[in-house]
Amino acid sequence: MPLALITSPHQHAAQTTQRVMQHLLLATVPGLVALTWHFGWGTLINVALASITALGCEAAVVVLRRRPVGFYLRDCSALVTAVLLGLALPPLAPWWIPVVGSAFAIVIAKHLYGGLGYNPFNPAMVGYVVLLISFPVEMTRWLAPASILPDGASLPDLQASLQLVFPLLGNTPIDAFTMATPLDTFKHSQGLLVEQVLAENVWFTQGTWSGAGWEWVNLGFLAGGCYLLLQRVFTWHAPVAMLAGLSLMALLNYDAGSSTSGGPLDLHLLSGATMLGAFFIVTDPVTSAVSHLGRLIYGALVGVLIYIIRIWGNYPDAVAFAVLLMNFAAPFIDYYTLPRTYGHEKRGRATKMKD
Amino acid sequence: MRQTWPLPGGIHPPENKSQSLQRPIAQPPLPPCLVLPLNQHIGTPSVPRVCVGETVLKGQVVADAEGMISAALHAPTSGVIKAIETRPIAHPSGGEDVCIVLESDGEERWIELAARPDYADLAPAEVLALIARAGITGMGGAGFPSATKLQPRHAIDTLIINAAECEPYITADDVLMRERAPGISVGIDILAHVLGQPETILIGIEDNKPEAASALRDALDGSRADLVEIPTRYPSGGEKQLIQILTGKEVPSGGLPADIGIVCQNVGTTHAVFEAVCKGTPLISRITTVTGGACAHAGNFEVLIGTPVEHLLQAAGYDQGICQRLIMGGPMMGFTLADTDVPVVKSTNCLLAADAKESPQNNIPQACIRCGLCAEACPANLLPQQLYWYARARDYDKLAAHNLNDCIECGACAYVCPSEIPLVQYYRAAKGEIRVMQQEKIFSDHARIRFEFHKDRMEKAEREKAAKREQRKKAAEVARSTVGNSQPAPDGTTATDEDSDVVRAALARVQANKSSTEAQLRKLERNLEALDTQLNNAQSRLTEIPESDTGPHGKAAAAIEQIRVKRARVAGELEALKNQAPETPTDTGANAEPAGQDQRAVDKAAEAIARAQQRMAEQQSMSPDDKRRHQRERLEKRLVKARQRLAQAQTDGDENLGAYADAVASLEQKLTALQNTETTAEAIASSGTDTGER
Amino acid sequence: MTEFIGLLSSLALPVLSLVGMAILFGAILGFAAIRFKVEGNPLVDQIDALLPQTQCGQCGHPGCRPYAEAIVNGEAINRCPPGGQATINALADLLDVPAPELDEEHGEEAELKTVAYIREDECIGCTKCIQACPVDAILGAAKMMHTVIASECTGCDLCVEPCPVDCIDMIPIMPTLSDWHWQAPPETGDLIRSPRIIATDRHGAAA
Repeated sequence: MPLALITSPHQHAAQTTQRVMQHLLLATVPGLVALTWHFGWGTLINVALASITALGCEAAVVVLRRRPVGFYLRDCSALVTAVLLGLALPPLAPWWIPVVGSAFAIVIAKHLYGGLGYNPFNPAMVGYVVLLISFPVEMTRWLAPASILPDGASLPDLQASLQLVFPLLGNTPIDAFTMATPLDTFKHSQGLLVEQVLAENVWFTQGTWSGAGWEWVNLGFLAGGCYLLLQRVFTWHAPVAMLAGLSLMALLNYDAGSSTSGGPLDLHLLSGATMLGAFFIVTDPVTSAVSHLGRLIYGALVGVLIYIIRIWGNYPDAVAFAVLLMNFAAPFIDYYTLPRTYGHEKRGRATKMKD
Repeated sequence: MRQTWPLPGGIHPPENKSQSLQRPIAQPPLPPCLVLPLNQHIGTPSVPRVCVGETVLKGQVVADAEGMISAALHAPTSGVIKAIETRPIAHPSGGEDVCIVLESDGEERWIELAARPDYADLAPAEVLALIARAGITGMGGAGFPSATKLQPRHAIDTLIINAAECEPYITADDVLMRERAPGISVGIDILAHVLGQPETILIGIEDNKPEAASALRDALDGSRADLVEIPTRYPSGGEKQLIQILTGKEVPSGGLPADIGIVCQNVGTTHAVFEAVCKGTPLISRITTVTGGACAHAGNFEVLIGTPVEHLLQAAGYDQGICQRLIMGGPMMGFTLADTDVPVVKSTNCLLAADAKESPQNNIPQACIRCGLCAEACPANLLPQQLYWYARARDYDKLAAHNLNDCIECGACAYVCPSEIPLVQYYRAAKGEIRVMQQEKIFSDHARIRFEFHKDRMEKAEREKAAKREQRKKAAEVARSTVGNSQPAPDGTTATDEDSDVVRAALARVQANKSSTEAQLRKLERNLEALDTQLNNAQSRLTEIPESDTGPHGKAAAAIEQIRVKRARVAGELEALKNQAPETPTDTGANAEPAGQDQRAVDKAAEAIARAQQRMAEQQSMSPDDKRRHQRERLEKRLVKARQRLAQAQTDGDENLGAYADAVASLEQKLTALQNTETTAEAIASSGTDTGER
Repeated sequence: MTEFIGLLSSLALPVLSLVGMAILFGAILGFAAIRFKVEGNPLVDQIDALLPQTQCGQCGHPGCRPYAEAIVNGEAINRCPPGGQATINALADLLDVPAPELDEEHGEEAELKTVAYIREDECIGCTKCIQACPVDAILGAAKMMHTVIASECTGCDLCVEPCPVDCIDMIPIMPTLSDWHWQAPPETGDLIRSPRIIATDRHGAAA
């Protein structure tokens, strides 16, 4: 039959994948604004470099696969990956950091597995982890926010930033503005009571609830996440479960603020990539679990793992590792958390063998 | 206000119902020709009762229900049956099926109707028989024979009337309720009576039909039935979903509502039941919504079953140029029609002639990003995205584990999918493939059993043959060792002697046959004749096959070659044998004595052959007259024998009496013919002309 | 010397514990091998369950079960034309091997299933086809009319060759309306490469 038969339904809702991706991009804006306000142009440059690389790599791979480029680039998924990666990288990192990370994320972590929808691991997180492990020095060189810088010093302007990112354009020492993150600081302040750390450290003295600058970034991402929840881009299960898991672990291990304490709750919630992870990484539909219960379990375990790695692991922030570890487990979670179908008494199991 | 339960999932597409609610139910003009498919319902197609050329009256039965799940079919108008043949029908495949074609005479003469408005005095089974006779099937779109549905095996405590009509564009039930509510109320009463007065009677109606609800409420005044308004959501009108909304119970997977004591009937079916019982009218028409941007006068029509879609569309002001897609059914579950040449059937609730704006663009689907919007929308709590992945991978085990069979194909998942993936088509295809696989499995299991039995049978036959061979070998050995010893031993070797005699005689026969040159010659000559015939046949077959048809041509040519080779070999053997010195009968002297009987048989056969040869020779030398006389004598002899046999058969009461009689008759005929030829020949001879006939 | 004895004694415990563990695990494995032994090769049954049972011999083996046994011994799984690609895929799934294309040397996969039909006018009652049929689907006896029981015929083609008068036809079974089912939609890759014409979107042009 040369003519294709059309099946029902013959109507369609307005939502498209492109629209979903665009909502995601829009939701990153508050966080991006906060990052730029507190840490300068670095993040914007990272995002720009990552985006250009991502789109270029995706176009190249699509051409290699002999498919129309426009169709595949129009769904903005590469752009979202690049933006998320760019947001996660340290500002004013050398230009090849976002480029390598983005290329790896798009080509290896996404297209090698089959393209959009086929990747088992979150591409942005894969790119981040590859960079973190391969270039630890560049990846742990974070900046101090504008509010903490000593008087007289200021964050580099656009031209200076570009010179820092592209060393060929000029040479400016960067050490004037670098500083460990709040989480990093806390991790290495062993032997001190929590209140001592909070009182002595400039991060916390300058911050309202938690690390200065970083708290606003996280609040920005939280705002973006709430916008996405309202737009029904995803359901509440995964982000709420992750934050709940993390909070529970933090509360349990607070230890009344002793020297071996894991840290105050608001530090964990409003520092590092917590909110970015909760609303943009854990909710990535391609790599997370599928059912509501599955997403709850997935999110909760991500939160628990983040805490474990932060406190007892080698890294100060652990969102990327925790997410990747749970990406491994997501299909397994799916097998055991099928929703109860209409007409059945209990939930089925996808591991049921043919009898 | 009665409690309702929320529908899990579901969507709220734009309703688009106002277009067809602008005017009351209209009647399209009578079509000149009506096409009635025999299979308008779920179950076995009905069997025609009328024949071509027969005149039928309006409401007359034209086809009967066949089997447990089937329905009768009635003539929607008076006229003449023009044909019973395959015609295109409204089916997603665009295929054809057997239909009764009725040419209307325009007079609309009714058959005599048997109305029973006093149904309450009848037994439920009798009322059910009236419903069955009226050929009523579900009119909500599925078309399950109502009489079968109303005869459940379990006790029914809840009757649900489905007035939800959740699909966009369709308003057939809405206007029916607005205009004919009293009939619906009586219909509900009839159904309750048939089901033995169930405890609860609920009518589920969506809250976007306030006028219909109030009309129904007025008509139900005093009735036991409860009108329950439910939130407008698609697909709350699905049978399983409506049951869940109104009662909170779920129909068990793979089961029927009757298993939990519930029967659900569409409101249109209810009205048809009222008409059938109280007025005696069989199901010959239904309300169909004709709507869409390509219809100038969208509205609801009371259509006769079998009306060509083209005719109905014209009544609604259809414009083919604007129509981008013609859908039979609603936009969520209907199927497209490529041709308007198909008839309206009992389950046609809507015709949607969608223009460009109303038709989806059918963009190329993008990748599934597992966003989960489909799982949010699924009313059956399935995971459509997983079903999609497994359907693409043809992983039937996982599909079964994810409960593919519980999918009601409502289309809500495909409606919300942001990547525009045609999810429902994947599920339908997967279900079809699974069904085919199951049928093939049943067939192959059956074939395996038959093959095993065949193998066992062959082995058993082999074993028996081997056993017999063993037995004969043993007997031959014993015979050889006891040759000449005719003294019967007390343990019964006499039997062996006898056996050995028989065996020896048989062996001798075989030897004689083999060694006797004459017998061999005869055999070879017979072979040669047979091969010649085969060759002729094969050659004539070869000429029939065209040279261009290389496959069969080659095969036939090869076969001919084979026969030629065989023939050459046989001819060679024959020649060799003829050239050999003829063996004297003394060669067989060693077995002369035991072959005595055999020799007699040979002699007898030789005599018979000699006689036949003599006859042939005589025939060849006979004149035509003599030949005829000879033939006649033989025929007369045969006739005498045949008559004797017939008499014997008559006295015996033999069942082959007829055959004997026929034989006698044919012989007599032949004899008469021969006699005629004889007299003609004699006449010609006596008139002096040369009888060089034949 | 004392060093040597010291060395021995320090090695004694690890060596002993390893040997002890080896003995223990060996005993468990030996016990399991005997206690949980499975008779026969269930794999042959599983493979046979997937084959279409036409017993046609196109795979080169005299029936489906011999072919199943051959597969267990390493034979290629793509030799069954009646089963087609679906069977190859199922076998590959069962055996965890890649699924090759059907080996056309043994026959092509037929579009439609066929059933044998004897033209009774030409049948001479020789019983050669009855002997050839592996599922006894031909009814008849010597010098009596032969006929194929259509519902039992698997379409294996084995009866056509032996017939001396060539009176057996293989008739394809035409699909009916009740056999029809939706086909899976085309893949995105295929759609992109070739434009798709939709059946009912030609209303403007059609008569």
